Amino acid sequence: MAKTLTQEFTKGLWNEIPPFRLVLGLCPTLAVTKSFYNALGMGLALTFVLVGSNVLVSMLRKIIPAEVRIACFIILVATFVILVELFTQAYTYGLYQQLGIFIPLIVVNCIPLGRAEAFAYKQGVGRSFLDGLGMGIGYTLSLSVLGAFREIFGAGTFLGGTPNVIKVFGPEFQPFQFMVEAPGAFVCLGLMLCVMNMLGKK
Amino acid sequence: MEDVNYVKFIIGCIFVNNILLAQYLGNCPFLGTSKKMETATGMSMAVTFVLVLAGFITYMVQYLVLAPLELEYLQTLAFILVIAALVQFVEMFLKKSIPALYAGLGIFLPLITTNCAVLGVCILNINEGYGLGTTLVSSFAYPAGFGVALVLFAGVRERILLGRVPKPFQDTSIGLATAGLLALAFLGFKGMA
Repeated sequence: MAKTLTQEFTKGLWNEIPPFRLVLGLCPTLAVTKSFYNALGMGLALTFVLVGSNVLVSMLRKIIPAEVRIACFIILVATFVILVELFTQAYTYGLYQQLGIFIPLIVVNCIPLGRAEAFAYKQGVGRSFLDGLGMGIGYTLSLSVLGAFREIFGAGTFLGGTPNVIKVFGPEFQPFQFMVEAPGAFVCLGLMLCVMNMLGKK
Repeated sequence: MEDVNYVKFIIGCIFVNNILLAQYLGNCPFLGTSKKMETATGMSMAVTFVLVLAGFITYMVQYLVLAPLELEYLQTLAFILVIAALVQFVEMFLKKSIPALYAGLGIFLPLITTNCAVLGVCILNINEGYGLGTTLVSSFAYPAGFGVALVLFAGVRERILLGRVPKPFQDTSIGLATAGLLALAFLGFKGMA
């Protein structure tokens, strides 16, 4: 464990970027990446939960008994999820409606739990914070790229859902319905994973 | 009892709104346990078993505890705790009294706590405002759809193992692309709704 602090942060951005390197948290990855805006919102929500739960788990790691640690992690994660839920409901209601059931489902989105178990429970607060931040940003990046890709080809727009929608292909564009439907989600994610594998080869 | 055409509702839950391929819930176990047929059937049985119980209990929790106390915003926390406790309890109960079933389902039970299909369906039931009867039917029909998709997918994946897959596509990547084709097939059911 001779990683520098910078490495703790940057590993989430490429080497262990979720959801590609760690195949966790797939459901929101598939469901909310219909548009860039939703994907970004989901990513930021997850980043908040992940940083919060990582820091708290790390702070309480001496107090939490090993036998019931999973239950404790779930409660900590759920607390932050409820915060996010109330916050998005209050300030970004459109996004709240778009993400719908997937906000409460961050609780079971294995990433916060996985990081709590694999990292924060064993490491100091500072490192856990950086780990959570790196993983969160990595997740946001992956989701945004996938969201942008699917939105551009599926609907022909970029930044849909915000006031400044850009029509990428002009008005005559026939939307490629496949991309915004479920099959497109699976196939795009599969292809992205394949590209990542190709690039990752030394 | 509200007026619902149950046959139509069940077919809707299994095929049209298939939880894996149309609602995107429970995808981690979908990819994780679909490499072998036995694990796929075991997982789908375990999910069905837990979800029927969880659907009933979360319904009770919502309408007998949270709603009267106006604590609906604690729904997420309450439901996940109920599910986690339930899974633990089911595991202990099966181990003691029905060891044969435990041998089949045992290893999948701990995974179910973090299976978003379970929590997802429980929240869906509440959000859609289903009554108790419909809740029970949907808690059974959704995991049945989960099972159908998972078993079909496991069958395809067992065949893929025999084929020669290009290196970067191996494992999860080809799995996702296959799932996409399966989802395309299920998209055909959309016309029935």
